[in-house]
Amino acid sequence: MEILLQQIINGLVQGSVYALVALGYTMVYGILGLINFAHGEVVMIGAMIAMTVLQALLTAALTPVLAVLLSLLAAMAVCMALGYSIERIAYRPLRNAPRLAPLITAIGVSIVLQNLAMMIWGREYHAFPLPFNSTSHQLGGAIVNDVQIAIVIIALLIMSTLMWLVHRTRMGRAMRAVSENPAAAALMGVDINRVISVTFMLGSALAAVAGFMVSANYGIVHYYMGFMLGLKAFTAAVLGGIGNLRGAMLGGVLLGLIESLGAGYIGDITGGFLGSNYQDVFAFFVLIAVLILRPSGLLGEKLAERA
Amino acid sequence: MNHLLEVENLKVSYGGIQALKGINLSIAAGELVTLIGSNGAGKTTTLKVLAGLLHPASGKLQYRDRSLLHVPAHRRVVNGIALVPEGRGIFARLTVEENLLMGAYIRGDKAGIADDLERQYVLFPRLAERRTQLAGTLSGGEQQMVAMARALMSRPELLMLDEPSMGLAPLMVEKIFETIRGISIQGVTILLVEQNARLALETAQRGYVLESGAISLSGTAGELLGSDAVQQAYLGA
Repeated sequence: MEILLQQIINGLVQGSVYALVALGYTMVYGILGLINFAHGEVVMIGAMIAMTVLQALLTAALTPVLAVLLSLLAAMAVCMALGYSIERIAYRPLRNAPRLAPLITAIGVSIVLQNLAMMIWGREYHAFPLPFNSTSHQLGGAIVNDVQIAIVIIALLIMSTLMWLVHRTRMGRAMRAVSENPAAAALMGVDINRVISVTFMLGSALAAVAGFMVSANYGIVHYYMGFMLGLKAFTAAVLGGIGNLRGAMLGGVLLGLIESLGAGYIGDITGGFLGSNYQDVFAFFVLIAVLILRPSGLLGEKLAERA
Repeated sequence: MNHLLEVENLKVSYGGIQALKGINLSIAAGELVTLIGSNGAGKTTTLKVLAGLLHPASGKLQYRDRSLLHVPAHRRVVNGIALVPEGRGIFARLTVEENLLMGAYIRGDKAGIADDLERQYVLFPRLAERRTQLAGTLSGGEQQMVAMARALMSRPELLMLDEPSMGLAPLMVEKIFETIRGISIQGVTILLVEQNARLALETAQRGYVLESGAISLSGTAGELLGSDAVQQAYLGA
């Protein structure tokens, strides 16, 4: 029972991070019909920037809360600029190219960013210098710490803000209009390029927060950390129905839970033959299952072929 | 006559095929002008060029004596040009009211927008009943109303309508055309593209006949209705 509860807590925490990253994939897909495979790398850059700024601020003897806040803001700002530039430089020239071209470009951008990060921060693991101790709490036999509680609460806050933005503001309405019919949106006076830039920047800001979260939770950052996280968040977006915001959130949390419960019980199920190091297998098992059984995802509408 | 819109020798090509072979047309402020012609004659292409969705190969496009050629589509609305596109182009996953608000996207005057919203609901009471419904769930005629009301929300000077009767029941067509006349009476300049030539010519003051990418005839609606060529080709007389 304690194990079950513990795995659920772990799953919710990891799922919150997946959800934030999955939103970035799904927003860009909704508007451009493009899988931005470089998105995982934006998460990694966010983590790296946060780590670097945090380190610098701590030597400057700032209060821990202020240091955390400033490093998070710095990571968000850098990632927004990065997301904007990626679209501007790599994807916009290919707006009317065959679909395969931007997809391959996305993989290229991802490799470039990884190597760039490797050149700047090196190949080694860095400790994430969280400036306070994350106290652990007992919860019905399971253990949950401050960072984990903060991750879930902040993720919820951010997701509700995003939903408000998309459904209640003029810019959000324009984003939904562009994702449905770009030509008609242009006829309404919407500058499509601007909406696309805003979408990339929003997604990248969420990626920065997610990057901060995983780093704070695991205590380490590494130039390769965005790759697997990106693939899993992409899986979460597909699971929920790519292009659908609620789907990305649901898919993220579900994937976190599946992974965590799977890892927790795989040993029992296989009689000890497979261990929790097979955790990563579950995400891709889910991806394959969704693609075979329900390609449009849990909340997705029937996928229209986009030109 | 002082023209609101003037098109001179406009040519458009799609991948080697010339869709418009140099057309001329002009519209004065306050006029209701129709562009008729058979399928594939280039009517929709003409409207798309005027709205900025397509770029001409050559030609002149003057609006209020300023060239529109380098004005992108999203800036033309600001200049007062609105297009109700073929197939309506409504946002199916937005509510009726959100669609109308999209029409007012370029405007910042909250009170004015709220007033205009109410005005549309008076003009189209059916839409008032369905304001919170997703536009994609409406009938074809209701969707046409959404598309027209949405275009009016930008307070256009020149309203262009592409096949507003397409796919609608006769009663609904009548209602839509009645509305078009009403909008015209309020002083909005209208360019109406229609396959239903008789209805279009009975509604408009002047007309142009487009045939394989070129204007073959033009004149007052009465002249065109009486012309043998129009009668044979488009009115089935």
